Amino acid sequence: MDRVPLERKVLSENDRIAAELRGQFQEHGVLCLNLISSPGSGKTSLLERTLEALPPRDRVAVLTGDIQTENDANRLKRFHFPVKQITTGGTCHLDARMIERHLADWRLEDLDLLLIENVGNLVCPSSYDLGEATKVVVLSVTEGEDKPLKYPSIFFKSDLLVLNKIDLLPYVPFDIAAAAENARKVHPGMEIVKVSCLTGNGLHEWMMWLGERRLAHKALLQKTAS
Amino acid sequence: MFPVETGLAPSVGKAANAGETRQAASLREFMHEMGIANSVLEAVRTEMALHPRTYPCKVGVRIGEMAAIDQDALRFCFEAIIQETDLASLELGIEVCPRRHRCQVCGREFVVRNYDSRCPQCASLETTCISGDELELAYLEVEEDGSSAVGAKSTQ
Repeated sequence: MDRVPLERKVLSENDRIAAELRGQFQEHGVLCLNLISSPGSGKTSLLERTLEALPPRDRVAVLTGDIQTENDANRLKRFHFPVKQITTGGTCHLDARMIERHLADWRLEDLDLLLIENVGNLVCPSSYDLGEATKVVVLSVTEGEDKPLKYPSIFFKSDLLVLNKIDLLPYVPFDIAAAAENARKVHPGMEIVKVSCLTGNGLHEWMMWLGERRLAHKALLQKTAS
Repeated sequence: MFPVETGLAPSVGKAANAGETRQAASLREFMHEMGIANSVLEAVRTEMALHPRTYPCKVGVRIGEMAAIDQDALRFCFEAIIQETDLASLELGIEVCPRRHRCQVCGREFVVRNYDSRCPQCASLETTCISGDELELAYLEVEEDGSSAVGAKSTQ
């Protein structure tokens, strides 16, 4: 019996495409965010609020993933930014090849920010690198404060936790301090913003975070280029 | 973790592998661990082409506890895609890797248990993750072809 060492990533093909995408995003100065949450936490609502708040000439585009329907793209198109739906036909996550394929007829040089809304699922999307600069996890207060402990991988890999639906806090037994503590147990120092996409409460902080990320990304790219 | 069988043709996906059963092919793109199992099998086939006079007995993978992979689901998927193929006796070895951190203050490396990432030596909270996110192919055990590849089934 011989043992042949393999020593490579299982998803090496996905990672190879993701690395290519990351290279293209860097080359064209695009900040790419991958938004992940369970179904119904408010990823699309957060994107609606975000697109609404951005200046009309901002160089922003959205890829939105779902197993079926074009509903999300239709919701997001009214803001007049480029939006494309990725319908996976059953697959529970987006992978790098789907991103590559759906970006094919967009000019990255016309973009500064690419927002990817993943399929609603807290598990599988966390394994697939899409070439993003960072992952953002959305959790709503109707889901229970122990979610970071139950689904640690995605909280571990995301830079920011957006805690949504805080307008419902008076009506649901959700301990916001415990949720933050659980998230930071899994991911020490994790940044957290609390928002309500319904009332607009807290969205200013989310937009500040996004603005700061965009500035930092631009600064990093200029530094790398010089 | 999402065994959805829609009965619809997926808009994305790869061509079915030769020898793969229809059931496995229909599951392949619909389940997270199925994609992982399929990638493992593809890697085995790539290696087989590099070592033509050998027969693979066992493939070893390393999975970090933060990798969001369910071991039982992965085994189930792996067995589903190899059954009734020339690799039906291929064993899957899974090594689970714990989450490890290194202390930025004193340099101690330690296993994080119960999400407590505080350094056990100096109590610093300034620790960074060094492993626990693995999803890697580790090794392939092969026998010389024609020897004791026990249980090897042929599709011929």
